[in-house]
Amino acid sequence: MTTAMLFAGFGGQGILFSGKQMAKSAMYAGKNVSWLPSYGPEMRGGAANCSVIISDEEVGSPLVTAPDILVAMNLPSFDKFEASVKSGGYLIVDSSLINKKSQRTDVQICYIPATALASENHIEGMANVIVLGQLLKRTGLFDYDTFLADMLRGIPESKAALIEKNKTALALGYNYNA
Amino acid sequence: MSEKVLMKGNEAIAEAAIKCGCRHFFGYPITPQTELSEYLAKKMPKVGGLCLQAESEVAAINMTMGAAASGVRVITSSSSPGISLKSEGISYIAGCDLPCVIINIQRGGPGLGGIQPSQADYYQATRGVGHGDLRLLVFAPSSVQEMAQLTIEAFDLADIYRMPAMILADGALGQMMEPVDFGAIPQRELPAKDWAACGHDNKRKKNIVNSLYIDPQELENIVDQRYERYAKIEETEARCEEYLTDDADIVLVSFGITARVCKTAIGAARAEGIKVGMIRPITLWPFPKKAIHAAACSAKAMLSVEMSKGQMIDDVRLAANGQCPVEFYGRTGGMIPTPDAVLEKIRAMQAQL
Repeated sequence: MTTAMLFAGFGGQGILFSGKQMAKSAMYAGKNVSWLPSYGPEMRGGAANCSVIISDEEVGSPLVTAPDILVAMNLPSFDKFEASVKSGGYLIVDSSLINKKSQRTDVQICYIPATALASENHIEGMANVIVLGQLLKRTGLFDYDTFLADMLRGIPESKAALIEKNKTALALGYNYNA
Repeated sequence: MSEKVLMKGNEAIAEAAIKCGCRHFFGYPITPQTELSEYLAKKMPKVGGLCLQAESEVAAINMTMGAAASGVRVITSSSSPGISLKSEGISYIAGCDLPCVIINIQRGGPGLGGIQPSQADYYQATRGVGHGDLRLLVFAPSSVQEMAQLTIEAFDLADIYRMPAMILADGALGQMMEPVDFGAIPQRELPAKDWAACGHDNKRKKNIVNSLYIDPQELENIVDQRYERYAKIEETEARCEEYLTDDADIVLVSFGITARVCKTAIGAARAEGIKVGMIRPITLWPFPKKAIHAAACSAKAMLSVEMSKGQMIDDVRLAANGQCPVEFYGRTGGMIPTPDAVLEKIRAMQAQL
Protein backbone atom coordinates (compact mmCIF):
# COMPACT_ATOMS: atom_id res chain seq x y z
CA MET A 1 0.00 0.00 0.00
CA THR A 2 1.37 3.38 -1.05
CA THR A 3 -0.11 6.80 -0.39
CA ALA A 4 1.18 9.75 -2.38
CA MET A 5 0.42 13.22 -1.09
CA LEU A 6 0.97 16.70 -2.36
CA PHE A 7 0.80 19.76 -0.10
CA ALA A 8 0.68 23.00 -2.01
CA GLY A 9 0.24 26.67 -1.18
CA PHE A 10 2.40 29.76 -0.80
CA GLY A 11 5.57 30.33 1.19
CA GLY A 12 4.94 30.95 4.91
CA GLN A 13 1.80 28.85 5.25
CA GLY A 14 3.69 25.93 6.71
CA ILE A 15 3.18 23.72 3.68
CA LEU A 16 6.53 21.99 4.08
CA PHE A 17 5.87 21.58 7.81
CA SER A 18 2.53 19.85 7.16
CA GLY A 19 4.17 17.37 4.84
CA LYS A 20 6.95 16.75 7.29
CA GLN A 21 4.47 15.93 10.07
CA MET A 22 2.84 13.29 7.86
CA ALA A 23 6.22 11.84 6.98
CA LYS A 24 7.32 11.78 10.62
CA SER A 25 4.18 10.04 11.84
CA ALA A 26 4.52 7.46 9.08
CA MET A 27 8.16 6.89 9.98
CA TYR A 28 7.26 6.34 13.65
CA ALA A 29 4.62 3.88 12.46
CA GLY A 30 7.37 1.91 10.76
CA LYS A 31 6.50 2.87 7.19
CA ASN A 32 8.86 3.82 4.41
CA VAL A 33 8.57 7.53 3.68
CA SER A 34 9.98 10.27 1.52
CA TRP A 35 9.49 14.03 1.65
CA LEU A 36 10.58 16.15 -1.28
CA PRO A 37 10.15 19.93 -1.21
CA SER A 38 10.03 22.34 -4.08
CA TYR A 39 13.12 24.44 -3.62
CA GLY A 40 14.60 27.48 -5.24
CA PRO A 41 12.69 30.63 -6.12
CA GLU A 42 9.64 29.16 -4.36
CA MET A 43 11.23 29.40 -0.93
CA ARG A 44 11.75 33.13 -1.45
CA GLY A 45 8.00 33.70 -1.71
CA GLY A 46 5.35 32.52 -4.11
CA ALA A 47 4.33 28.92 -4.60
CA ALA A 48 5.60 26.18 -2.28
CA ASN A 49 4.83 22.51 -2.35
CA CYS A 50 6.07 19.20 -1.11
CA SER A 51 5.64 15.59 -2.18
CA VAL A 52 5.16 13.01 0.57
CA ILE A 53 5.08 9.27 -0.06
CA ILE A 54 4.12 6.75 2.61
CA SER A 55 4.55 3.13 1.68
CA ASP A 56 4.90 -0.44 2.89
CA GLU A 57 7.28 -0.93 -0.02
CA GLU A 58 10.57 0.76 -0.78
CA VAL A 59 9.83 4.27 -2.08
CA GLY A 60 10.77 4.68 -5.74
CA SER A 61 10.58 8.10 -7.31
CA PRO A 62 9.98 10.64 -4.52
CA LEU A 63 8.32 13.09 -6.89
CA VAL A 64 4.51 12.98 -6.67
CA THR A 65 2.84 13.77 -9.97
CA ALA A 66 -0.50 12.05 -9.30
CA PRO A 67 -1.41 12.37 -5.61
CA ASP A 68 -3.89 10.25 -3.69
CA ILE A 69 -4.33 13.26 -1.43
CA LEU A 70 -3.94 16.89 -2.46
CA VAL A 71 -3.95 19.69 0.08
CA ALA A 72 -4.42 22.99 -1.76
CA MET A 73 -3.97 26.14 0.29
CA ASN A 74 -4.07 28.81 -2.41
CA LEU A 75 -5.72 29.34 -5.77
CA PRO A 76 -2.67 28.87 -8.03
CA SER A 77 -2.02 25.49 -6.35
CA PHE A 78 -5.64 24.47 -6.73
CA ASP A 79 -5.60 25.41 -10.42
CA LYS A 80 -2.27 23.71 -11.03
CA PHE A 81 -2.85 20.39 -9.25
CA GLU A 82 -6.64 19.79 -9.10
CA ALA A 83 -6.63 17.68 -12.26
CA SER A 84 -3.68 15.56 -11.10
CA VAL A 85 -5.46 13.94 -8.14
CA LYS A 86 -5.98 10.23 -8.68
CA SER A 87 -9.52 9.05 -9.22
CA GLY A 88 -10.92 8.00 -5.84
CA GLY A 89 -8.48 10.30 -4.06
CA TYR A 90 -8.97 13.26 -1.76
CA LEU A 91 -8.85 16.96 -2.45
CA ILE A 92 -8.68 19.16 0.64
CA VAL A 93 -9.13 22.85 0.01
CA ASP A 94 -8.65 25.89 2.23
CA SER A 95 -11.91 27.56 1.22
CA SER A 96 -11.05 30.86 2.90
CA LEU A 97 -8.37 31.41 0.24
CA ILE A 98 -9.85 29.49 -2.67
CA ASN A 99 -13.28 30.73 -3.73
CA LYS A 100 -13.68 28.10 -6.41
CA LYS A 101 -15.36 24.70 -6.44
CA SER A 102 -13.82 21.66 -8.01
CA GLN A 103 -15.54 20.20 -11.06
CA ARG A 104 -14.17 16.74 -10.28
CA THR A 105 -16.81 14.12 -9.51
CA ASP A 106 -14.46 11.16 -9.06
CA VAL A 107 -12.64 12.42 -5.95
CA GLN A 108 -13.71 13.22 -2.41
CA ILE A 109 -13.60 16.96 -1.98
CA CYS A 110 -13.49 18.76 1.31
CA TYR A 111 -13.72 22.52 1.73
CA ILE A 112 -12.52 23.86 5.06
CA PRO A 113 -12.05 27.58 5.74
CA ALA A 114 -8.81 26.89 7.61
CA THR A 115 -7.28 30.36 7.43
CA ALA A 116 -10.52 31.96 8.69
CA LEU A 117 -10.84 29.37 11.46
CA ALA A 118 -7.28 30.15 12.55
CA SER A 119 -8.02 33.89 12.74
CA GLU A 120 -11.33 33.43 14.59
CA ASN A 121 -9.59 31.29 17.18
CA HIS A 122 -6.57 33.58 17.55
CA ILE A 123 -4.12 31.02 16.23
CA GLU A 124 -3.04 32.88 13.12
CA GLY A 125 -0.59 30.94 11.04
CA MET A 126 -1.96 27.57 12.11
CA ALA A 127 -4.22 26.96 9.13
CA ASN A 128 -1.84 24.24 7.99
CA VAL A 129 -2.38 22.24 11.18
CA ILE A 130 -6.14 22.81 11.01
CA VAL A 131 -6.06 21.26 7.55
CA LEU A 132 -4.06 18.33 8.90
CA GLY A 133 -6.81 17.71 11.47
CA GLN A 134 -9.41 17.55 8.73
CA LEU A 135 -7.14 15.35 6.63
CA LEU A 136 -6.85 12.86 9.49
CA LYS A 137 -10.61 12.67 9.91
CA ARG A 138 -11.31 12.32 6.20
CA THR A 139 -8.66 9.78 5.33
CA GLY A 140 -8.17 7.93 8.60
CA LEU A 141 -4.51 7.74 7.67
CA PHE A 142 -3.35 8.00 11.27
CA ASP A 143 -4.91 7.69 14.69
CA TYR A 144 -5.62 11.19 16.06
CA ASP A 145 -3.88 10.79 19.42
CA THR A 146 -0.84 9.11 17.95
CA PHE A 147 -0.50 11.81 15.31
CA LEU A 148 -0.81 14.56 17.91
CA ALA A 149 1.82 12.93 20.10
CA ASP A 150 4.15 12.55 17.10
CA MET A 151 3.66 16.18 16.20
CA LEU A 152 4.36 17.46 19.69
CA ARG A 153 7.46 15.26 19.90
CA GLY A 154 9.29 17.65 17.62
CA ILE A 155 8.62 20.78 19.65
CA PRO A 156 11.56 21.82 21.84
CA GLU A 157 10.87 22.91 25.44
CA SER A 158 11.88 26.46 24.59
CA LYS A 159 8.82 26.63 22.37
CA ALA A 160 6.30 25.12 24.78
CA ALA A 161 3.81 27.86 23.89
CA LEU A 162 3.43 26.20 20.52
CA ILE A 163 2.10 23.00 22.06
CA GLU A 164 -1.30 24.44 23.00
CA LYS A 165 -1.65 26.18 19.65
CA ASN A 166 -0.95 22.97 17.77
CA LYS A 167 -3.39 21.01 19.93
CA THR A 168 -6.10 23.61 19.41
CA ALA A 169 -5.51 23.75 15.67
CA LEU A 170 -5.50 20.01 15.14
CA ALA A 171 -8.71 19.61 17.16
CA LEU A 172 -10.41 22.48 15.29
CA GLY A 173 -9.64 20.87 11.98
CA TYR A 174 -10.61 17.40 13.08
CA ASN A 175 -13.95 18.51 14.53
CA TYR A 176 -14.93 20.79 11.65
CA ASN A 177 -17.84 19.41 9.68
CA ALA A 178 -17.14 20.29 6.11
CA MET B 1 19.76 1.60 20.42
CA SER B 2 19.67 3.49 17.23
CA GLU B 3 16.53 5.31 16.19
CA LYS B 4 15.53 6.46 12.78
CA VAL B 5 15.55 10.20 12.25
CA LEU B 6 13.91 12.12 9.43
CA MET B 7 16.62 14.15 7.72
CA LYS B 8 17.48 15.87 4.50
CA GLY B 9 20.15 14.21 2.40
CA ASN B 10 22.41 17.23 2.84
CA GLU B 11 22.04 16.99 6.61
CA ALA B 12 22.64 13.23 6.61
CA ILE B 13 26.00 13.74 4.88
CA ALA B 14 26.93 16.40 7.44
CA GLU B 15 25.94 14.25 10.41
CA ALA B 16 27.75 11.23 8.96
CA ALA B 17 30.92 13.32 8.59
CA ILE B 18 30.77 14.28 12.26
CA LYS B 19 29.98 10.71 13.31
CA CYS B 20 33.07 9.36 11.59
CA GLY B 21 35.41 11.84 13.16
CA CYS B 22 35.61 14.62 10.60
CA ARG B 23 36.12 17.94 12.39
CA HIS B 24 37.00 20.21 9.48
CA PHE B 25 34.70 21.69 6.87
CA PHE B 26 35.55 24.35 4.32
CA GLY B 27 32.93 25.46 1.86
CA TYR B 28 31.09 28.20 0.12
CA PRO B 29 27.27 28.20 -0.04
CA ILE B 30 25.40 27.21 -3.17
CA THR B 31 21.92 25.86 -3.83
CA PRO B 32 21.00 22.98 -3.55
CA GLN B 33 23.70 21.90 -1.04
CA THR B 34 23.48 24.77 1.44
CA GLU B 35 21.81 22.78 4.26
CA LEU B 36 25.02 20.78 4.51
CA SER B 37 27.13 23.78 5.50
CA GLU B 38 24.26 25.19 7.54
CA TYR B 39 24.09 21.97 9.58
CA LEU B 40 27.85 21.88 10.10
CA ALA B 41 27.92 25.56 11.05
CA LYS B 42 25.59 24.66 13.92
CA LYS B 43 27.12 21.34 14.88
CA MET B 44 30.88 21.62 14.33
CA PRO B 45 31.51 24.13 17.15
CA LYS B 46 29.62 21.83 19.54
CA VAL B 47 31.99 18.95 18.87
CA GLY B 48 35.14 21.05 18.89
CA GLY B 49 35.34 21.16 15.11
CA LEU B 50 35.77 23.90 12.55
CA CYS B 51 33.19 24.95 9.98
CA LEU B 52 34.58 27.73 7.85
CA GLN B 53 32.82 29.62 5.10
CA ALA B 54 35.61 30.60 2.77
CA GLU B 55 35.63 33.64 0.50
CA SER B 56 35.24 31.43 -2.57
CA GLU B 57 35.20 27.82 -3.73
CA VAL B 58 38.83 28.16 -4.80
CA ALA B 59 39.82 29.19 -1.29
CA ALA B 60 37.69 26.42 0.23
CA ILE B 61 39.34 23.63 -1.77
CA ASN B 62 42.82 24.93 -0.99
CA MET B 63 41.96 25.09 2.72
CA THR B 64 40.72 21.52 2.33
CA MET B 65 44.09 20.57 0.83
CA GLY B 66 45.93 22.19 3.70
CA ALA B 67 43.86 20.39 6.31
CA ALA B 68 44.25 17.07 4.49
CA ALA B 69 48.03 17.59 4.31
CA SER B 70 48.10 17.90 8.09
CA GLY B 71 46.45 14.48 8.37
CA VAL B 72 42.98 15.38 9.64
CA ARG B 73 39.71 14.22 8.14
CA VAL B 74 38.27 17.03 6.07
CA ILE B 75 35.20 17.59 3.92
CA THR B 76 34.16 20.24 1.43
CA SER B 77 30.88 20.55 -0.41
CA SER B 78 29.41 22.39 -3.33
CA SER B 79 27.17 22.04 -6.35
CA SER B 80 28.10 21.77 -10.01
CA PRO B 81 29.45 25.28 -10.87
CA GLY B 82 31.29 25.31 -7.55
CA ILE B 83 32.94 21.97 -8.28
CA SER B 84 34.24 23.38 -11.56
CA LEU B 85 35.89 26.15 -9.55
CA LYS B 86 37.37 23.56 -7.21
CA SER B 87 38.74 21.36 -9.95
CA GLU B 88 42.23 22.83 -9.96
CA GLY B 89 42.55 22.20 -6.22
CA ILE B 90 41.19 18.68 -6.58
CA SER B 91 43.92 17.91 -9.11
CA TYR B 92 46.54 19.20 -6.66
CA ILE B 93 45.02 17.07 -3.89
CA ALA B 94 45.19 13.98 -6.11
CA GLY B 95 48.75 14.93 -7.10
CA CYS B 96 49.72 15.18 -3.44
CA ASP B 97 48.10 11.81 -2.60
CA LEU B 98 45.86 13.40 0.02
CA PRO B 99 42.61 11.94 1.34
CA CYS B 100 39.54 14.16 1.59
CA VAL B 101 35.82 14.00 0.83
CA ILE B 102 34.24 16.27 -1.75
CA ILE B 103 30.47 16.55 -2.06
CA ASN B 104 28.76 17.49 -5.31
CA ILE B 105 25.00 18.00 -4.98
CA GLN B 106 24.52 18.39 -8.72
CA ARG B 107 22.29 20.95 -10.41
CA GLY B 108 21.49 21.61 -14.03
CA GLY B 109 24.28 22.94 -16.26
CA PRO B 110 26.35 23.96 -18.10
CA GLY B 111 27.36 27.40 -16.89
CA LEU B 112 25.28 28.80 -14.08
CA GLY B 113 22.60 26.45 -15.40
CA GLY B 114 19.71 26.01 -12.99
CA ILE B 115 19.22 24.82 -9.45
CA GLN B 116 17.10 21.72 -10.01
CA PRO B 117 18.52 18.16 -9.82
CA SER B 118 20.91 16.87 -12.47
CA GLN B 119 23.44 14.11 -13.12
CA ALA B 120 25.26 15.92 -15.88
CA ASP B 121 28.54 16.11 -13.94
CA TYR B 122 29.15 12.39 -14.51
CA TYR B 123 31.90 13.05 -17.04
CA GLN B 124 33.44 15.65 -14.78
CA ALA B 125 33.52 13.33 -11.76
CA THR B 126 34.71 10.22 -13.58
CA ARG B 127 36.89 11.78 -16.28
CA GLY B 128 37.94 15.35 -16.00
CA VAL B 129 37.61 16.88 -12.56
CA GLY B 130 41.11 18.32 -12.87
CA HIS B 131 44.13 18.25 -15.14
CA GLY B 132 46.48 15.31 -15.33
CA ASP B 133 46.27 11.54 -14.99
CA LEU B 134 44.07 11.17 -11.96
CA ARG B 135 41.06 9.41 -10.53
CA LEU B 136 38.63 10.14 -7.76
CA LEU B 137 36.68 7.54 -5.86
CA VAL B 138 33.12 8.43 -6.86
CA PHE B 139 30.12 7.25 -4.86
CA ALA B 140 26.52 7.59 -6.06
CA PRO B 141 23.99 7.33 -3.22
CA SER B 142 20.35 6.83 -4.12
CA SER B 143 18.68 7.39 -0.74
CA VAL B 144 19.19 9.59 2.29
CA GLN B 145 20.35 6.50 4.19
CA GLU B 146 23.05 5.95 1.56
CA MET B 147 24.02 9.62 1.66
CA ALA B 148 25.08 8.91 5.26
CA GLN B 149 26.57 5.44 4.73
CA LEU B 150 28.55 6.27 1.63
CA THR B 151 29.95 9.43 3.21
CA ILE B 152 31.48 7.27 5.93
CA GLU B 153 32.67 4.82 3.31
CA ALA B 154 34.18 7.66 1.28
CA PHE B 155 36.20 8.86 4.28
CA ASP B 156 37.52 5.36 4.94
CA LEU B 157 38.48 4.55 1.37
CA ALA B 158 40.03 7.99 0.90
CA ASP B 159 42.24 7.29 3.92
CA ILE B 160 43.07 3.75 2.82
CA TYR B 161 44.04 4.70 -0.72
CA ARG B 162 45.30 8.23 0.04
CA MET B 163 43.16 9.91 -2.57
CA PRO B 164 40.18 12.26 -2.79
CA ALA B 165 36.71 10.72 -2.76
CA MET B 166 33.57 12.32 -4.12
CA ILE B 167 29.91 11.86 -3.28
CA LEU B 168 28.08 12.55 -6.53
CA ALA B 169 24.47 13.21 -5.55
CA ASP B 170 21.89 15.66 -6.87
CA GLY B 171 19.50 18.35 -5.72
CA ALA B 172 16.63 15.93 -5.10
CA LEU B 173 18.70 13.68 -2.83
CA GLY B 174 20.14 16.71 -1.07
CA GLN B 175 16.76 18.32 -0.43
CA MET B 176 14.56 15.32 0.28
CA MET B 177 13.95 13.87 3.71
CA GLU B 178 13.89 10.18 4.50
CA PRO B 179 14.43 8.16 7.67
CA VAL B 180 18.10 7.57 8.46
CA ASP B 181 19.50 5.02 10.85
CA PHE B 182 23.07 5.89 11.74
CA GLY B 183 23.30 2.76 13.85
CA ALA B 184 26.72 1.41 14.62
CA ILE B 185 29.39 2.74 12.32
CA PRO B 186 31.60 -0.11 11.11
CA GLN B 187 35.09 0.40 12.45
CA ARG B 188 37.87 -0.24 9.99
CA GLU B 189 41.54 -0.67 10.59
CA LEU B 190 42.94 2.41 8.89
CA PRO B 191 46.56 3.04 7.94
CA ALA B 192 48.52 5.50 10.09
CA LYS B 193 48.98 8.88 8.46
CA ASP B 194 52.73 8.85 8.89
CA TRP B 195 53.07 11.05 5.81
CA ALA B 196 51.21 14.01 7.32
CA ALA B 197 52.85 17.40 7.62
CA CYS B 198 51.70 18.09 11.16
CA GLY B 199 54.80 19.17 13.04
CA HIS B 200 57.69 16.89 13.95
CA ASP B 201 59.28 18.54 17.00
CA ASN B 202 62.66 17.50 15.58
CA LYS B 203 61.77 13.92 16.55
CA ARG B 204 61.47 12.60 13.03
CA LYS B 205 62.42 13.48 9.49
CA LYS B 206 60.17 16.19 8.09
CA ASN B 207 57.31 15.18 5.80
CA ILE B 208 56.81 17.02 2.54
CA VAL B 209 53.46 17.15 0.75
CA ASN B 210 53.96 18.17 -2.85
CA SER B 211 52.68 17.68 -6.37
CA LEU B 212 55.56 19.32 -8.26
CA TYR B 213 58.08 17.01 -9.93
CA ILE B 214 60.29 18.73 -12.49
CA ASP B 215 62.09 15.54 -13.54
CA PRO B 216 59.74 13.79 -16.00
CA GLN B 217 61.05 10.32 -15.13
CA GLU B 218 60.37 10.93 -11.45
CA LEU B 219 56.87 12.21 -12.23
CA GLU B 220 56.15 9.23 -14.47
CA ASN B 221 57.26 6.88 -11.70
CA ILE B 222 54.99 8.58 -9.19
CA VAL B 223 52.00 8.52 -11.54
CA ASP B 224 52.71 4.85 -12.32
CA GLN B 225 52.70 4.02 -8.62
CA ARG B 226 49.42 5.85 -8.23
CA TYR B 227 47.96 3.86 -11.14
CA GLU B 228 48.96 0.61 -9.45
CA ARG B 229 46.75 1.72 -6.57
CA TYR B 230 44.00 2.68 -9.02
CA ALA B 231 44.23 -0.79 -10.60
CA LYS B 232 43.78 -2.42 -7.21
CA ILE B 233 40.77 -0.21 -6.53
CA GLU B 234 39.22 -1.14 -9.89
CA GLU B 235 39.73 -4.78 -9.00
CA THR B 236 38.29 -4.67 -5.49
CA GLU B 237 36.10 -1.64 -4.80
CA ALA B 238 33.50 -1.54 -7.60
CA ARG B 239 30.02 -1.81 -6.16
CA CYS B 240 26.53 -2.04 -7.52
CA GLU B 241 23.06 -3.22 -6.65
CA GLU B 242 21.52 -5.81 -8.94
CA TYR B 243 17.74 -5.67 -9.07
CA LEU B 244 15.71 -8.41 -10.80
CA THR B 245 18.46 -9.06 -13.34
CA ASP B 246 18.39 -12.89 -13.19
CA ASP B 247 15.74 -13.46 -15.84
CA ALA B 248 15.81 -9.99 -17.40
CA ASP B 249 15.66 -9.51 -21.17
CA ILE B 250 16.15 -5.78 -20.70
CA VAL B 251 18.59 -4.48 -18.09
CA LEU B 252 18.47 -0.83 -17.11
CA VAL B 253 21.58 0.87 -15.77
CA SER B 254 20.90 3.88 -13.61
CA PHE B 255 22.32 5.56 -10.52
CA GLY B 256 21.23 7.93 -7.78
CA ILE B 257 17.72 9.33 -7.73
CA THR B 258 17.15 8.16 -11.31
CA ALA B 259 17.59 4.53 -10.25
CA ARG B 260 14.58 4.97 -7.97
CA VAL B 261 12.47 6.29 -10.80
CA CYS B 262 13.59 3.19 -12.73
CA LYS B 263 12.59 0.85 -9.90
CA THR B 264 9.06 2.24 -10.00
CA ALA B 265 9.01 1.81 -13.80
CA ILE B 266 10.40 -1.74 -13.51
CA GLY B 267 7.62 -2.67 -11.08
CA ALA B 268 5.03 -1.46 -13.58
CA ALA B 269 6.75 -3.19 -16.52
CA ARG B 270 6.99 -6.49 -14.62
CA ALA B 271 3.25 -6.22 -13.90
CA GLU B 272 2.79 -6.16 -17.70
CA GLY B 273 4.94 -9.27 -18.04
CA ILE B 274 8.05 -7.55 -19.38
CA LYS B 275 11.21 -9.16 -18.00
CA VAL B 276 13.23 -6.14 -16.97
CA GLY B 277 15.78 -5.55 -14.24
CA MET B 278 18.43 -3.02 -13.28
CA ILE B 279 22.04 -2.62 -12.30
CA ARG B 280 22.53 0.40 -10.08
CA PRO B 281 26.16 1.46 -9.88
CA ILE B 282 26.97 2.53 -6.31
CA THR B 283 30.52 3.44 -7.27
CA LEU B 284 30.84 5.36 -10.54
CA TRP B 285 34.61 5.10 -10.35
CA PRO B 286 35.52 2.34 -10.10
CA PHE B 287 32.67 1.49 -12.47
CA PRO B 288 31.05 -1.94 -11.93
CA LYS B 289 32.25 -3.22 -15.31
CA LYS B 290 32.10 -6.93 -14.50
CA ALA B 291 28.48 -6.90 -13.38
CA ILE B 292 27.46 -4.88 -16.42
CA HIS B 293 29.41 -7.09 -18.80
CA ALA B 294 27.78 -10.19 -17.31
CA ALA B 295 24.34 -8.60 -17.68
CA ALA B 296 25.13 -7.62 -21.28
CA CYS B 297 25.94 -11.26 -22.02
CA SER B 298 22.66 -12.58 -20.65
CA ALA B 299 20.25 -9.76 -21.56
CA LYS B 300 18.91 -8.90 -25.00
CA ALA B 301 19.23 -5.14 -24.58
CA MET B 302 20.33 -2.56 -22.06
CA LEU B 303 19.09 0.94 -21.30
CA SER B 304 21.06 3.68 -19.60
CA VAL B 305 18.75 6.11 -17.77
CA GLU B 306 20.32 9.35 -16.63
CA MET B 307 19.54 12.97 -15.81
CA SER B 308 21.84 14.18 -18.57
CA LYS B 309 22.12 13.94 -22.34
CA GLY B 310 23.88 10.59 -21.93
CA GLN B 311 27.22 10.35 -20.17
CA MET B 312 27.33 7.11 -18.16
CA ILE B 313 26.12 5.33 -21.30
CA ASP B 314 29.73 5.52 -22.57
CA ASP B 315 30.88 3.41 -19.64
CA VAL B 316 27.93 1.04 -20.03
CA ARG B 317 28.83 0.50 -23.69
CA LEU B 318 32.50 -0.02 -22.88
CA ALA B 319 31.55 -2.60 -20.25
CA ALA B 320 28.95 -4.28 -22.48
CA ASN B 321 31.64 -4.44 -25.19
CA GLY B 322 29.15 -5.09 -27.95
CA GLN B 323 27.45 -8.05 -26.27
CA CYS B 324 24.06 -6.36 -26.61
CA PRO B 325 22.72 -3.02 -27.84
CA VAL B 326 22.67 -0.19 -25.28
CA GLU B 327 20.00 2.46 -25.59
CA PHE B 328 19.50 5.73 -23.75
CA TYR B 329 16.73 7.62 -22.04
CA GLY B 330 17.30 10.82 -20.14
CA ARG B 331 16.10 14.25 -19.14
CA THR B 332 18.35 17.19 -18.44
CA GLY B 333 18.42 20.78 -17.25
CA GLY B 334 16.87 19.93 -13.88
CA MET B 335 14.04 17.72 -15.12
CA ILE B 336 13.53 14.40 -13.30
CA PRO B 337 12.39 11.55 -15.59
CA THR B 338 8.95 10.20 -14.70
CA PRO B 339 8.41 6.48 -14.11
CA ASP B 340 5.79 6.59 -16.90
CA ALA B 341 8.30 7.89 -19.44
CA VAL B 342 10.83 5.21 -18.50
CA LEU B 343 8.06 2.58 -18.73
CA GLU B 344 7.18 3.86 -22.19
CA LYS B 345 10.81 3.45 -23.28
CA ILE B 346 10.91 -0.09 -21.82
CA ARG B 347 7.74 -0.99 -23.72
CA ALA B 348 9.21 0.38 -26.95
CA MET B 349 12.38 -1.67 -26.43
CA GLN B 350 10.36 -4.80 -25.62
CA ALA B 351 8.48 -4.37 -28.90
CA GLN B 352 11.80 -4.39 -30.76
CA LEU B 353 13.17 -7.58 -29.13
